[in-house]
Amino acid sequence: MMELVCPAGTPAALRAAVDAGAHTIYCGFADETNARNFPGLNFNRAELAEGVAYARRRGAKVLVAINTFPRAGAEDIWHRAVADAEAAGAHAAILADLGLLAYAAEHHPNLRRHLSVQAAAANPDAINFYANTFGVRRVVLPRVLTVAEITAINREIDVETEVFVFGGLCVMAEGRCSLSSYITGKSPNMNGVCSPPSHVQYVESRGELSAKLGGYTIQRNGKDAPAPYPTLCKGCFSSQDKVGHVFEDPSSLDASDLIPALAEAGVTALKIEGRQRSRAYVAQVVRSFRAAVEAVDKGLPVPPGTLASLTEGQAATTGAYRKTWR
Amino acid sequence: MSDIHTEFPTVPLLLASPLRLVPLAPLSQALTILARRMVANHPGLISRLGPYVSSSFAVDPTDLPVTLLLHPHPTSMRITLHRDPPRADARIAGPLSALLGLVHGTWDGDALFFSRDLVIDGDTSAALALRNAIDDCEIDLGAEIAGLTGPFGRLLMPFIALAERRTGMPLRRAEARP
Repeated sequence: MMELVCPAGTPAALRAAVDAGAHTIYCGFADETNARNFPGLNFNRAELAEGVAYARRRGAKVLVAINTFPRAGAEDIWHRAVADAEAAGAHAAILADLGLLAYAAEHHPNLRRHLSVQAAAANPDAINFYANTFGVRRVVLPRVLTVAEITAINREIDVETEVFVFGGLCVMAEGRCSLSSYITGKSPNMNGVCSPPSHVQYVESRGELSAKLGGYTIQRNGKDAPAPYPTLCKGCFSSQDKVGHVFEDPSSLDASDLIPALAEAGVTALKIEGRQRSRAYVAQVVRSFRAAVEAVDKGLPVPPGTLASLTEGQAATTGAYRKTWR
Repeated sequence: MSDIHTEFPTVPLLLASPLRLVPLAPLSQALTILARRMVANHPGLISRLGPYVSSSFAVDPTDLPVTLLLHPHPTSMRITLHRDPPRADARIAGPLSALLGLVHGTWDGDALFFSRDLVIDGDTSAALALRNAIDDCEIDLGAEIAGLTGPFGRLLMPFIALAERRTGMPLRRAEARP
């Protein structure tokens, strides 16, 4: 059966994921070492150890995302995170930075290393470099590849691949996107926050909702239209006499129908995005995808999904897996 | 869990209207006692707020003629009820049933926001911190209220379950329901 890798922004979400049938849960410390450094989220050291124990008792594994890029002069924060993840009994650390990968390989050789999507390794040469140099055992592929490209990659590498199948959709070269920095000065790469909520403002007037980022209106929605989270890549802009979503529509990834094709492509693990979401989201999405991977494992069709309400823009896409974009 | 077109049950006018007339101070006092009990039982409610522990939060059930104003504190948390919208650092508004569902892990906060069943004003970071803190604490308001009544609490729980079935409002933690 394909492995289901599920998000947990809090200990309650971790328990919800395990109880709903997650094989593996990924989470992060409550600081700038992980790419979901949002207020009220994430784990302290004791919570992580308890979470690992809870998962292990039920046959599940915990991965710790330490996938931002260390600040010069403050590397110790990231080094401690790697050491504490190993001490807590994590199955693996999800890393992106070359220096941190080298540090982990040298000082914590027994801690399994996964390559974060933040490293944007999107071809066999790059993946083989990470595998051969730092002993990376699994790579999380960027959300810019087609199924055919994933198949081609898997033919030329010896490590496991993990792909996103549900949740927020980032179509930029992850780890290298500067859109959030451009407006707010903060990025997922360095600070662990894309479009940080400290720079987000919603203004409702006569039923129209304006979503602002760093003081700029990114999107306006009428009375009954779904509300967006104002990330610059999903904003509505006017360009050459046209008004629209220049980069990307505010929709979420749902590749549940592609699970058989991804299995055929040699993918080991399916990843659900959403560490910033509630335990209700985690429980429902994990249950749905667990049923899907069990069905595929038995050679049955993927059960119809019921997750549209949970998606941004309340609309879903298969993203780059099927490139049907403008 | 909500779907796209979830119709949230609203508080009947017959029940909501008396709140326009009754004195709010005793109700505020009762809610404050309940809130302090919850903070004592769930210290993560405060610790997860981090720097937003000194923020004020207006929780506005749009089908009630009152707004709750929360002042978090480890030992002296306060809730006051207001008929006029109070000033607050962050405001979260929506039908009472949506707000209760958020507290009880029935519905996802982002999904409620995307569908515009929930409205957030003011400091988005503070509102997010509160939402995440509440979600992690797995609060069960029914059990907390029953706990306040001492030995009578067990007798109260079946009535809370009955009220939940009759009204369609999530009055207990999602995981506690059959």
